[in-house]
Amino acid sequence: MSDVADRVKKIVVEHLGVEADKVTEDASFIDDLGADSLDTVELVMAFEEEFGVEIPDDAAEKILTVKDAIGFIAANAKG
Amino acid sequence: MRRVVITGLGMVTPLGSDVETVWANILASRSGARPITRFDATDYVCRIACEVLRGDGSGETFNADTRVDYKVQRQVDPFIIYGIDAAGQAIEDAGLTDMTEEERFRAGCSIGSGIGGLPGIESESLVLAAKGPRRVSPHFVHGRLINLISGQVSIKYGLMGPNHAVVTACSSGAHAIGDAARMIALDDADVMLAGGAEGAICPLGIAGFSQAKALSTGYNDDPTRASRPYDKGRDGFVMGEGAGVVVLEEYERAKARGAKIYAEVIGYGLSGDAWHVTAPHPEGSGAFRSMAMALKKSGLSTADIDYVNAHGTSTPMGDELELGAVRRLFGADLGNLSMSSTKSAIGHLLGGAGAVESIFCVLAMRDQVAPPTLNLDDPSDACIGVDLVPHTAKPRRIRAVLNNSFGFGGTNATLIMRGV
Repeated sequence: MSDVADRVKKIVVEHLGVEADKVTEDASFIDDLGADSLDTVELVMAFEEEFGVEIPDDAAEKILTVKDAIGFIAANAKG
Repeated sequence: MRRVVITGLGMVTPLGSDVETVWANILASRSGARPITRFDATDYVCRIACEVLRGDGSGETFNADTRVDYKVQRQVDPFIIYGIDAAGQAIEDAGLTDMTEEERFRAGCSIGSGIGGLPGIESESLVLAAKGPRRVSPHFVHGRLINLISGQVSIKYGLMGPNHAVVTACSSGAHAIGDAARMIALDDADVMLAGGAEGAICPLGIAGFSQAKALSTGYNDDPTRASRPYDKGRDGFVMGEGAGVVVLEEYERAKARGAKIYAEVIGYGLSGDAWHVTAPHPEGSGAFRSMAMALKKSGLSTADIDYVNAHGTSTPMGDELELGAVRRLFGADLGNLSMSSTKSAIGHLLGGAGAVESIFCVLAMRDQVAPPTLNLDDPSDACIGVDLVPHTAKPRRIRAVLNNSFGFGGTNATLIMRGV
């Protein structure tokens, strides 16, 4: 679980160029981390790549915070 | 018509990423040609280019972090990064980074490119082929489009006037400046950031231009000798990359705020060869008519023009045709003229060339020195009687300057500038 969280946070830092300590589990990609809607599409793609999961569009729309991403991946990732 | 002056300069080139460093390197006869490092070019007939060197910004290097946001850097092609930085240099140089909203309604962008985001189109095509459509970046399109330098710069500096981008191959930079000057002259804007950029040094770019027989292939082991306009040993151009942007400003406005005025844009000419997609007209008629139009608009005579920055790409056919057109236009005044090709030093910046070279023209006037044509060891017979400033810079009187840029498709642009 913590491994998933660390990997998610690393992706967020790399894609959005934000300080690691700002990427808390409650942080909203758009409201707190400066992402726009296209950045969130890119983040979802990066999560799919990293964890080998498919995140359908309706599920992606509900991934608004770091915690949402970690939760989806933990529940759906194969490995 | 309102008068238009240049009040800011910016450039990113293979010989440095600020105007004074680049100009000092040009006058010191340095070359930016090196073996290609951007990709493994072992199997390519052309293995050299004039690459922008990434680094901390000192010396000849370019530090993208200085003016381009981290996220933007990740999302866009190199030509946009170079363009944003050059535009930032220019607007800082002009002292116009804190314009009021009213002023910014009347300030715009006209920054073009010849090719646009070729490296990104190439790499994302490979992603599409390997991983399918759901792995193509959501930033793919707007990170590659040619008008996205103007778009990004307008957002960064809040410029809400005309937002435009010229695409005329290797004359894009010159056309962009000429068109933007007209927007100011015609009262569509008071300030324009104008210029061009290119960043097409990638496998597809080098392979494509090689297949079109446009690139030098005979100097892979001696890159600094490869770009040799007017020399008998020339065999094609050396691809460069980078950007040049100027701030154009309405004269009375510039004077009223006490701006540093580098030069006035007094002539602009445009023409089409209507002949061949890559080869210039055999009599240089398009080049001649472009220069003649600019000269007529300027109100000068050829006796008033002391320096020509030539298109002079180092291709076997193009150099002599341009020279023939200059000879025909200048007639007896040719003896007074100095003409050189700075592509001998920084390579061919394609859509950025006309802008960077216009800046060299402005600096040649400021410092009263003609920059050199490197590697001109053995001039072609057609060069007799023309001062092509071989090897070393030449101090001389320079009152007015002419810059030529020609492009694939048979497009031609000429700018004439003089001191104020």
